[in-house]
Amino acid sequence: MTDQEILDTLRSIVNEIAGVAEADVQLDKSFVDDLDVDSLSMVEISMAAEEKFGVSIPDAELKNLKTVADVVNFVKANA
Amino acid sequence: MTRVVVTGIGATSPLGGTAPETWANAIAGKSGIRNIPYEWVQDLPVHFAGLAVVEPLEQGLEPQKARRLDRSQQFAVIASREAWADAGLGDDFDRDRLGVSYATGIGGVTSLLNNYDTLRERGWNRVPVMAVPQLMPNGPAAWVGLEFGARAGVHCPVSACASGAEAVVVGARMITDGRADVVIVGGTEAPIHPMPIASFAVMRALSTRNDDPATASRPYDKSRDGFVMAEGAASLVLESEEHAKARGARIYGVYAGAGMTSDGHDIAQPEPEGRGAMRAIQAALADASLSASDIVHVNAHATSTPAGDVAEAKAIRAGLGAHAANVIVSGTKSMTGHMLGGAGAMESIFSILALHHRIAPPTINITDIEDGLGIDVVVNTARPLPTGDLAALNNSFGFGGHDVAVIFTTA
Repeated sequence: MTDQEILDTLRSIVNEIAGVAEADVQLDKSFVDDLDVDSLSMVEISMAAEEKFGVSIPDAELKNLKTVADVVNFVKANA
Repeated sequence: MTRVVVTGIGATSPLGGTAPETWANAIAGKSGIRNIPYEWVQDLPVHFAGLAVVEPLEQGLEPQKARRLDRSQQFAVIASREAWADAGLGDDFDRDRLGVSYATGIGGVTSLLNNYDTLRERGWNRVPVMAVPQLMPNGPAAWVGLEFGARAGVHCPVSACASGAEAVVVGARMITDGRADVVIVGGTEAPIHPMPIASFAVMRALSTRNDDPATASRPYDKSRDGFVMAEGAASLVLESEEHAKARGARIYGVYAGAGMTSDGHDIAQPEPEGRGAMRAIQAALADASLSASDIVHVNAHATSTPAGDVAEAKAIRAGLGAHAANVIVSGTKSMTGHMLGGAGAMESIFSILALHHRIAPPTINITDIEDGLGIDVVVNTARPLPTGDLAALNNSFGFGGHDVAVIFTTA
C-alpha cells in the first residue's frame, strides 16, 4: 500500500466513525485537537484500522498515534 | 400548584414516521402489523409484528450516530427531535431548566444480543465500544438529554409495559416540583429480534395468528389470543403553563394528574378483579381534582390478551363507578401493536389528540365483542367526542404488576 492509499482508507474510516469530512483528514492534523475525535472514537478507529490494514495496534501504541501521519507511518511500518 | 401542559408531540411507529401520520392512520383504523421480513422468523411461532414504517436513517439520523445507538435509542432521538421542533422552543432556552424522563421496557436488548454474537465469533476486542451505552436502559433518556443539552435531570422509569406512562408522570412531576420548566418525556422499544419474541411467545403471551397478521391484535374480541409485539417511540414536550403562555406556545392539552399503584399479586398475570388498576384510576382522579363523571374517553391498555382486557374492563367499571358505561373506550394497540415501553407514551399522545381533535380512535378487528364488559368500546370506526371541557384517562400496566393511570384535559 502506498502512503496515499493508506491515507485514503484512513480518511474513509475516520469519516465513517467520527463524521469528519474526508478532506479535513490531513497528515498534520491531530485527532483530538484538530478533528475533535473523542477517546472512544479513537478506539473505534483503531479497531477499524486493524481490520482494514491487517495490523495489530496495542493500547500502549494507540496513545502515541496522535496525528493522521502517526497512523499512516505506523501502518506502513507494521502492515 | 403549577399546571403542566403539552406543547409538542413526536412519534415513529408502525402507523407512521411522525405523530401526525400515526394519528391520521389511527383515526382511519389502519393496522400497522406486518410480516417480519427476516429468515429467522421461520423458527418462531410468531411471524409478524408492528414494524416501524420509516427507518431512523431515512429520517435524518446521522450515520455516525446510528452506528453508536441501539435501535430503541435511535427511535427515541427521532421522535424527540420531532416533538422539540413541534414545540417551537428557541435555542436561547435555559437548559438548566430542561429535563428528560424517557422510558424503555427492556433497553438495548437487540444490541446486547448482537454484540454477544460478535464476542463469541470475533473476541472481546471486537465488541463495539458503545456496547454499554447501547445496552443500558437509561440510554434512550441519556441520548435525548444530550441531544438537547438537558441539565435539570434525566430519568428513566422502568416498569415493563407501563414504563412510557410512568415516564410521562415522572416528567410532569419534575415541573410541579419546580425542578424544570420544560421536560421531554416519552418511551421507546426495539424488540424485533428472535430472543424477545421467543421469550414472550414461550409465556404464551403473543398472538399466533400467522395467517392474518393485520387482524391479530383484537382487544375485546372474543377470539383474541395474545398481544402483538411492536417497535417505535413516542415523545411529548411537557411545559409549565406559565412558561408556555409566556412564549405564546400552542397548547395541545393539559396533564391533569396521575395515579401509580401496584397489584401485589403476580409477576405476569393481572390481578383478576383489576383492583390495582382501579386504585390507580381513583388516585389519578384525586390527583387531578376531577370526578369520574368528568372522564369522557379512556385510552385503555387493552393489549388483546384473554385475561388482561377483562381485568381492565373491571377496573374501569370499579374506578369510574356508574359513569363507566358512558365513557368512550379505545384500544389503539389493535392498530399499533404493543410498543411495550413505548406504549404508554404513544397512548398519551393518542389521548391528548383525541381531546384536541375531539375524536376517539377506533378499536379495530372486533367482529364478536366480549360479553359483559360494561364499557362502551369504540368498535372499528372512530367516534366523535362532545364539545366543552373534556378529560381523558390513559391506562398502562406492566409485567410485575405496575398500574399507571394518567389523566389529560382539554386546553
